[in-house]
Amino acid sequence: MAISIRVNGVSRAVAAEPDTPLLYILRNDLALNGAKFGCGQAQCGACTVLIDGKAARACVTPLSAIGKSEVTTLEGLGTLEKPHPLQRAFMDEQAAQCGYCSNGMIMAAKELLDRTPRPSEGDVRTALAGNLCRCGTHNRIIRAVLRAAQEMGRT
Amino acid sequence: MHAPKLNRRQFSAGLGAVVVTFTLRPEGALAQAAQLPGSLNTNRMLDAWIRINADGTATVFTGKVELGQGILTALAQIAAEELDLPLARLTMISGDTGLTPNEGVTAGSQSIENSGTALRLACAEARAVLIELAAKRNGWSADTLTVIDGVITAPNGNKVSYGEIAAASAAELHREATGKVKPKPAGAHRIVGKSVPRQDIPAKVTGGVAYVQDMRLPAMLHGRVVRPERYDAKLESIDEAKITAMPGVVAVVRDGSFLGVVAEREEQAVKARTMLAASARWSGGRDLPDPSRLFAHLKSLPSQDSVIGVKQASTPALASARTLEASYTKPYMSHASIGPSCALAQFKDGKYTVWTHSQGVFPLRAELVKALKVPANMVRCVHVEGSGCYGHNGADDVALDAALLARAAPDRPVRLQWMRDDEFAWEPYGAAMIMQAKAALDAEGRIADWQYELWSNTHSTRPQSTSGANVLAAWYLNEPQKMGPPQGIPQPAGGGDRNSIPLYDFPSQRVVHHFIPEMPLRVSALRTLGAYANVFAIESFMDELALMANADPLAFRLAHMKDPRARAVIEAVAEKAGWKLGEKSDGLRGRGIGFAKYKNLACYVAVVADVEVDRQSGVISVPRIYAAVDAGIIINPDGLTSQIEGGIVQSTSWTLKEEVQFDKNGIRTRDWSNYPILTMPETPKVEIALINRPGERSLGAGEGSQGPTVAAISNAFARATGKRLRDLPFSPSKVKAALA
Repeated sequence: MAISIRVNGVSRAVAAEPDTPLLYILRNDLALNGAKFGCGQAQCGACTVLIDGKAARACVTPLSAIGKSEVTTLEGLGTLEKPHPLQRAFMDEQAAQCGYCSNGMIMAAKELLDRTPRPSEGDVRTALAGNLCRCGTHNRIIRAVLRAAQEMGRT
Repeated sequence: MHAPKLNRRQFSAGLGAVVVTFTLRPEGALAQAAQLPGSLNTNRMLDAWIRINADGTATVFTGKVELGQGILTALAQIAAEELDLPLARLTMISGDTGLTPNEGVTAGSQSIENSGTALRLACAEARAVLIELAAKRNGWSADTLTVIDGVITAPNGNKVSYGEIAAASAAELHREATGKVKPKPAGAHRIVGKSVPRQDIPAKVTGGVAYVQDMRLPAMLHGRVVRPERYDAKLESIDEAKITAMPGVVAVVRDGSFLGVVAEREEQAVKARTMLAASARWSGGRDLPDPSRLFAHLKSLPSQDSVIGVKQASTPALASARTLEASYTKPYMSHASIGPSCALAQFKDGKYTVWTHSQGVFPLRAELVKALKVPANMVRCVHVEGSGCYGHNGADDVALDAALLARAAPDRPVRLQWMRDDEFAWEPYGAAMIMQAKAALDAEGRIADWQYELWSNTHSTRPQSTSGANVLAAWYLNEPQKMGPPQGIPQPAGGGDRNSIPLYDFPSQRVVHHFIPEMPLRVSALRTLGAYANVFAIESFMDELALMANADPLAFRLAHMKDPRARAVIEAVAEKAGWKLGEKSDGLRGRGIGFAKYKNLACYVAVVADVEVDRQSGVISVPRIYAAVDAGIIINPDGLTSQIEGGIVQSTSWTLKEEVQFDKNGIRTRDWSNYPILTMPETPKVEIALINRPGERSLGAGEGSQGPTVAAISNAFARATGKRLRDLPFSPSKVKAALA
């Protein structure tokens, strides 16, 4: 059966069971690489997407739960040629080693900046508390989010 | 500065790209050949490393692979520097058994030292070959020519570009390197020494294809595997008909006690895995030791003992000398990669192609060939980056799993990503260790004698590290293969005994390494091998001795250290942190120092940590850490900083939180709730001072800061509370027990 969902502003029909985790739909059906499989249990944050602007774990969100909501993925923020200020800041701060957690960090930070455009360092740490990084890139990620906030405040 | 191109050949299904063959020296010839530096010694042809293309670009080959450490960027800097080419005109090809040099495993912080050295010399020699060609062709004198951005210019202003002589260079580069062309002096460097941005980051932060996990080949299937609760359990039965009838299932794969499923869609494979696991009946399997008696159990196992680092004093320590003894432990630790291991495999026309994030594609191929029972030329392993691994995690195991699944679904590529519990429960851990130290102080409060013993399993069961089979599924097949007898890694690098010989100048010392072959839990290489535990013990004990000598820990270290580069990093971190000699603590806050020269061969790192202790909850927080680093000549300052700060944060996590959970019936660490790691609010701020040594060779740095960090935290806690924690990790329960 085909189920229609809106992803990054475009309506997409996908043929999958309603209980299919959104993560597999995004990656395998819609060829969106941003969200990553990390744990499948909403523990690590690597699969974070925005659903109606709120950070959600795509690995435990069934396709049937999307309804008319708007799904935004990392690809929906910006592109290689035209990156979102957060993506630009992650490049400028070299805020990745393996980078497998980057998607979740950026998407959780996007939700933060939408809500709190001028966050303190403490705000950033708290907002990213549920996103695990293993390479020890934490401080660069914090700097990148603060830098993006500053850049966005200017424009 | 423009970044060089990351070659994306891996993602083209046809693999129709260039295939180069190198003439390798016949076996036996190597023994007589002159020793060449770095990996050039085992991969001696110039065109195994560098080829010039007609469009003026260069293709650079390396056997080392990107693991998120930024190595391809650093190697590209070295190659571009020696070639006098802009970085953007370089294409890096890495880790492909069909294309690149065999440089073994990307591990041990040796890529800059080995591959970097080879590329530096090969590219310097290639540049000389190109100049010679241009000179001959135009009747110029070679020593009058200059090169800027791949254009050779004669004194009269005439020019010839690398591209114009590319075709002629092919034959000239198809010869053995001499290693005799001098690379540039450090003073002439324009690209080396710069913080060139990492070439892999833009794709990683915009959703580009960046990982093996992201590969989608035409007609690709999805696989999952099912493993038992207990090590070595035997598969008795499954309800195959029920699983085969599930939607999308293409094959249920059973070979002995190896069990897996292949399906059209990923979620179908996951569902089938769940059903398959529920229907599987297993028997037997091996009991694990009682975790509460783990260290006594390890010490009770037979060991092979070696005595190392012996120094005999000319005059024995006085009988009246004050002595101190202490024992320290480190638990099993997980690599805990954020992304579970993944591989793609395709079995077509009798040949396997495996896309893998293994740290060593050639060693992996050797294992796959044994397990699949095919000749080496029937398996090609291609490296594609995965989630960070920090050593030998499930990367190699999942590659064999994927190949076994692909064999059951010929022609179609099969993508297999392990589930979280596969990774946590089945990967090889960093070994548990016991360290015992005993020392005597003379009347002046100096260390007169140092005795140190450690007990450990092996720290490498990597592919090809022993004679047997070293990939998980091979042990469970219908015709099972056995792991070879575990072996230690010889000094001076060492395995469990890595960094067990102190760099300090003690008049008398003796170190005993008790190598325990039997492995109660599966173990292999985790970042730093034994160095993390040994530096923890040695540097903690140094502070315990300083306390007994009534000396400041910083002054006590300097009083026992002659190595000027070691002294320099210790003094630099003290200055950076504003260390005050003899500073007292208030019972809640403390500051500690730790030092090591990694492997006693690589970079020098000194760390100062500030800790705060919540006596009610038992939680230690680490608000700030300082480090000073000497890694010889720095290739990429920001890359070096990133590796050192990453090591500091990871070590803070190991130190405060990490321990693999298990009981008699199996591994209990199966998700992040039973293996918590450091979170963003808990992360220390890090400040780093780099000491560049342009006249000294580059020293590996990827594992330099972990040992000094645990030591600094350990010593800071002792300074804050007056109590010593000697058993890792420093969990709230241990803190509360120590303070009770």
